Amino acid sequence: MAEAPPDATRIAAEARDRVRFEEEALALSDQVYRVARHLAGSREEADDLVQETYARAFRSWRSYQPGTNLRAWLLRILTNLNIDRGRRAQRTPPTQGLEANDYYLYDRLTESDGGPSDEERVVERLSQDDIVEALASVPHDFRDVIVLVDIGDFSYQDAAQILDIPIGTVMSRLHRGRRILKRELAEFVQEEGS
Amino acid sequence: MMGHNDDPCAHCEEMMQPYLDHTLSDEEMHEAEHHLDECEWCRKRYRFEQSLRVYVRTAVSEPMPAELKQKLAALRIPLN
Repeated sequence: MAEAPPDATRIAAEARDRVRFEEEALALSDQVYRVARHLAGSREEADDLVQETYARAFRSWRSYQPGTNLRAWLLRILTNLNIDRGRRAQRTPPTQGLEANDYYLYDRLTESDGGPSDEERVVERLSQDDIVEALASVPHDFRDVIVLVDIGDFSYQDAAQILDIPIGTVMSRLHRGRRILKRELAEFVQEEGS
Repeated sequence: MMGHNDDPCAHCEEMMQPYLDHTLSDEEMHEAEHHLDECEWCRKRYRFEQSLRVYVRTAVSEPMPAELKQKLAALRIPLN
């Protein structure tokens, strides 16, 4: 059997690398979607964003460095596409007054009537819909960080790279964002209790 | 850290998020734990925060639609 010409060997090796890349990227799609669902404004937008992300990733797979965090690389593409779609055109409104202290939600829940009251189960008074809606109403600068760190399990460092902001900003937005989320959740306690 | 000495629970509240994120220094961690050992009021609120985080994460985790998974697989670039 004749030896394959060097070009053919190179092309075959590249095809193998590409197939491996695609398979690894697809294996992460559930995790990418879970985060995208709440970075985007709706299910439909998340659906489109994830498709655009994968289309772009498959085209530019050569710029991914094997051995680095592929999930973070995909999310970086997704975040940039989300910005390109003009979402950032809406400025985050000033958040003064949106925050409550860290113990506010717990105190509200335990003061309201009905349902479990111990500290580990009182949260069950909030429905899944309440939580999804409350998260959606957190201004996106804060929500992005919560979604990446608390839902997507990214490190502060990865979140900083994905969003292209300093790590200190990740930490402060996370801290404030969680308080804003709790404030939003407390609104549901008030409405249901009244 | 100064200025909180008159209200240890307010100080404990400030430390809650970094405590649960494991980003406190050893000294601060020790300080928080010391207060939590003595203060049931704060202890309950820390436990609540912990369960809230798990609850939120579970509540907002939606499985990817099966059609989307198929669409992504179809985006792969065919081998020539």
